[in-house]
Amino acid sequence: MSRDRGHVTARALVLSLLGGLALWVVVGAGCLFFGQVPLAAGQVVRVLTGGEAPSVTAGIVLTQRMPRVLLALLVGGGLAVAGAAFQALLRNPLATPHTLGISAGGALGAVAALAFGLPAPSLGPLGPVQFFGLLGALVNVGIIYMLARSRRAISPLKLLLAGVTLSLICSALILFVRFVSDPHLLVMVDRWLMGGLDVQGFGGVASVLPLLLPALALMGLEANAMNQLALGEELAVGRGVSVGALQTEVFLAGSVLTAGVVSVAGPIGFVGLIIPHAVRGLAGPDHRLLLPLCLFGGGAFLAVADTVARSAFAPTEMPVGVLTAMLGGPFFLLILVTRLGEM
Amino acid sequence: MSEVLLSARGCSYVYPDGGFRLDDVSLDVHAGEVLALVGPNGSGKSTLVRVMSGFYTPDGGMVLLDGRPIHRMPRRKLARELAFLPQEIPAAFRFSVREVVAMGRFPYQSAFGFVSAEDAAVVQQVMEETGTTGLADRVFSTLSGGEKQRVLVAGVLAQQPRVVLLDEPTAALDIHHQADVLDLLWRLSRKGIGVVTVTHDLNAASQFCDRLALLSRGRLVRVGRPAEVIDQDLLCNAYGADVRVLENPLTAGPLVLVPGEAAHESR
Repeated sequence: MSRDRGHVTARALVLSLLGGLALWVVVGAGCLFFGQVPLAAGQVVRVLTGGEAPSVTAGIVLTQRMPRVLLALLVGGGLAVAGAAFQALLRNPLATPHTLGISAGGALGAVAALAFGLPAPSLGPLGPVQFFGLLGALVNVGIIYMLARSRRAISPLKLLLAGVTLSLICSALILFVRFVSDPHLLVMVDRWLMGGLDVQGFGGVASVLPLLLPALALMGLEANAMNQLALGEELAVGRGVSVGALQTEVFLAGSVLTAGVVSVAGPIGFVGLIIPHAVRGLAGPDHRLLLPLCLFGGGAFLAVADTVARSAFAPTEMPVGVLTAMLGGPFFLLILVTRLGEM
Repeated sequence: MSEVLLSARGCSYVYPDGGFRLDDVSLDVHAGEVLALVGPNGSGKSTLVRVMSGFYTPDGGMVLLDGRPIHRMPRRKLARELAFLPQEIPAAFRFSVREVVAMGRFPYQSAFGFVSAEDAAVVQQVMEETGTTGLADRVFSTLSGGEKQRVLVAGVLAQQPRVVLLDEPTAALDIHHQADVLDLLWRLSRKGIGVVTVTHDLNAASQFCDRLALLSRGRLVRVGRPAEVIDQDLLCNAYGADVRVLENPLTAGPLVLVPGEAAHESR
């Protein structure tokens, strides 16, 4: 890569994008071979190449595993990019997509929908749980934005404080909802809060894409300007960056990514912390490479993690959120102890 | 005197909390000079430099660059002519020195910001000028204070500005590195750049700067050559302290001392 020259070239970007796509294809295809139900590799290949295969096998590969793997790629990629974006915005390498309380808002909405059976308007592929998850997340985005913006720009410190506080408030409300709800529904509520990709069909993918694509495009366009935030808002203004507008765009794009993926997959943790950190170690902190590599790396990581989670405990499936949470805690501590000073 | 590049005309600025105001300040910056903004804490030096850089929009008056009001210029266009180095620079993430200097090319880059051959050449040149070529592949956040400051000045020069404004660029440096940075600014000014620097060190300012502007309580008290501004009565009044002005044996310029209680004791 062009790290030795310290300048990101078009060639480095194209190579990264091609490499990332290749990673998605290889990992995505590989994950189709594993699952709760053991299938012979030859049969999976036959399904994928359009050959003769039993309809049950074709059903498992095409309507269960494939949408799930695709969703894992999008959710993992979205979480990693959102994490990198919030880290740039807060100038803090320990920020995650869940730091700013957007996930907590989504969780409150989804939990309320599950516990009270809230009816939702029919909006394409959005079910009521996903609808209220999205609604809760976006309400919090609005509240945090109003609290943190000032005359000139967004204050990273205010943003952090507002987000963490709102997160705590939502957690308290979730406890209250759990307390007043029907105990039989608590199993579903708990399962949702673990974070998982337990979907049937392509509805999840279809509902996430319209949120992901514009947010990713916006961040791609602002990647170069995002670098300027690393040396502070004042210097960035002096360089010609419209800092207030940039912060708003990055905050909204990161929030929409988070809201979209949390509404469909629940609050899956630590992908948004581990992946940006690992990518920075490999390719450096320049957002023009960091963001696309986070998209591909985060997606591939979550697809593999989900495949492990749904295969290792057959005949039951473990929600992938449990696995990432167990991996993430120790990893977080490791960063804290060894690398914090040099990030 | 040479051409006026940047000019504050009757600038006033009131902080949102109303705690401090800059009051009707007019000041010209000429091509090829180093102008030091001096004055006690809270006198408005940093506020003035922020107003003159366009970071703050003045509540009254205006700042002109070649006669054009800067607050109406597009930010990127302004950044190609006027550069501002704030006092406190956080250093997040492990950007290399070369990357940090190359960030100064932002106002010249298209949306995605690939580095052109011209950008790379300018980066190389300003790193040579500032003696930072040897640091190119080091991680910026791990440098010493003096090295960081030279790299930041290189980044500001990568903007190829005609005016550079710096807010206490030597505040955290020892006397050796302070002299290094001030020498660097002096050399830049001889190439025709207008340099404005905020400083607390009246002696260094007298030695390295062509003109001094003394501020007190948000007002400009006096502007002129060091010998005109470093005046015992004027400084006593502005700083509200017992200030003595002697002759600097090295330069024959003024030397400022504050005796303090310890000096009285030892007599």
